[in-house]
Amino acid sequence: MADLVSHPDEVKVVSRRFGQGATNLDRYLELDGYKAVQKALGMEPDAIINEVKNSGLRGRGGAGFSTGMKWSFVPKQSAKPKYVLCNGDESEPGTCKDRLIFEHDPHSVIEGVMIGALAVGARSGYIYIRGEYRYLLEIMQKAIRDAYARGFIGKNIFGSGRDLDIYWHGGAGAYEVGEESALMESLEGKRGIPRIRPPFPAVVGLWGGPTVINNAETLANVPHIILGGADWFAKLGTPKNGGTRLFCLSGNIAKPGVYELPMGYNLKKMIYEVGGGIPNGRQLKAVVPGGASCPCLTAGEIDVAMDFDSVAKAGSMLGSGGVVVVDDQQCIVKFALRTMKFYQHESCGWCIPCREGTDWLKKTLIRFHNGGGMKKDIDNMQYLAENMLGRTFCPLGDAAAMPTIAFVKKFRKEFEDHLEGRPCPYEKEGAAEQVPAFAH
Amino acid sequence: MKLSDEFETRFAEMVTHYPTKRSALVPTLLYAQDEIGFLSDEVITELAARLDLTELEVNNVISYYSMLTTKPRGKFNVQVCTNISCMVRGGEEILHHCAKKLGVGHKQTTPDGMFTLEEVECIGACSWAPAAQVNYDFHENLTTDKMERILDDYKKKATQ
Repeated sequence: MADLVSHPDEVKVVSRRFGQGATNLDRYLELDGYKAVQKALGMEPDAIINEVKNSGLRGRGGAGFSTGMKWSFVPKQSAKPKYVLCNGDESEPGTCKDRLIFEHDPHSVIEGVMIGALAVGARSGYIYIRGEYRYLLEIMQKAIRDAYARGFIGKNIFGSGRDLDIYWHGGAGAYEVGEESALMESLEGKRGIPRIRPPFPAVVGLWGGPTVINNAETLANVPHIILGGADWFAKLGTPKNGGTRLFCLSGNIAKPGVYELPMGYNLKKMIYEVGGGIPNGRQLKAVVPGGASCPCLTAGEIDVAMDFDSVAKAGSMLGSGGVVVVDDQQCIVKFALRTMKFYQHESCGWCIPCREGTDWLKKTLIRFHNGGGMKKDIDNMQYLAENMLGRTFCPLGDAAAMPTIAFVKKFRKEFEDHLEGRPCPYEKEGAAEQVPAFAH
Repeated sequence: MKLSDEFETRFAEMVTHYPTKRSALVPTLLYAQDEIGFLSDEVITELAARLDLTELEVNNVISYYSMLTTKPRGKFNVQVCTNISCMVRGGEEILHHCAKKLGVGHKQTTPDGMFTLEEVECIGACSWAPAAQVNYDFHENLTTDKMERILDDYKKKATQ
């Protein structure tokens, strides 16, 4: 069970029921549970979609696409069954928010899936939870069983004459499955290799049927939007960035934790006030603002509003809300290497630029970190990473390339400090050799 | 082959979840592995037959997912995260401490079959780093001392 934190600047929407015992269905009902879906049952599908569109809710998995817009792409008529798929394969390094939603408020995810299903005309929804989160899968299984037992899901829900089934599904360890087309492959019992688009999942998705795929946090927001209204939700954030965000503060920060803050909250304030700053008298070196795939920001670049558009303007991404703070005692070359080891390990090998690119970058970074780097390697790493961008079926190749380009561009001096056989200036003696020895 | 009643109940439920049988494969493999400790040839043959797949198709899927294994592991699979959030808070020290204490390296098992050690990718415990999982249990805000006690406790539990 993960510890909860709080801060006065928090605006609790998704985390409203955290620590309130809402895994219990009766308690969830006391806390306005299943009211939103009953309200949605009285609404036209287009009205639900418009409400979500107007709320400014954007995908919390990382891409930040308008949720209402995504729902509107699903064709009204379809010969094949339509589906809603909740992506709970949370595995972007730095991200641990969906875990808290599943742990504390599983019914809100079920309710979000149900409202999504009503909006697009689906009769089945799937909640996919990563394999490592076994205890959360068990919480979700119980929540689904309880909801069936009360007749909230299944046949004739809330006496509406509509049938709606919700199922759980567990993964077995794969980052790439968090990508929506790979997620569908995995749910269909295959290797999680991405599909080429078009056709997009909204038209041809699970088992060939139109499918809406949303992140767990995105879906957990939906009941609150239906109950509180689009205007209320939109006003919590900044223009075109409705609502709040579960920000996962981690790394070299005094008070790490998951905090729910309004969209557009200032990153500097988030680090120094909410997170209590950098401990042990050290200074900030870099921040990865939205999970490992996002280009880092330097200490001079953190006066930025944390919404999708502002962070993009600052040259990075809001991503999945994972804010990883790095202090001045950390080696950026090593940090870049650990990031690349991850992507090399997780690359499915389907696309050559990703498979070969991540492997070469990892090898170069290992050599570099161990003091065997050459000056031309620095430019080569950037060139290699730039040539991966946009050349793969799924964004994993981009996710590996983007942070690498930022590390090389923004911390070139640190790479140069490792040249000519010099030992890593930031490592304790002997520690450098441990990295490749344990590399998978 | 004989699997537990619990597995059979789960399996019977799972195949009703999807329009195609094959969709039950990934969670089914993991549940079978939890019982037997690894995915033996026998299990693979059995599940392939039940889900109308070839053994090759099942093996193909197994090799993709990091949690699935065709090799036996120790009773306790110690999975230490060293990804970025854990690394900057000492995840590597935790891993090396475990390696030293257990006398094994990455994906190796102690001679008594008690522990397997594994360096793993992000387990979603970033705000409570450094973290590790032993089988499915999360252990967070680790120090080397805390990790030492955790390993001792598992060993004690197994020998009681």
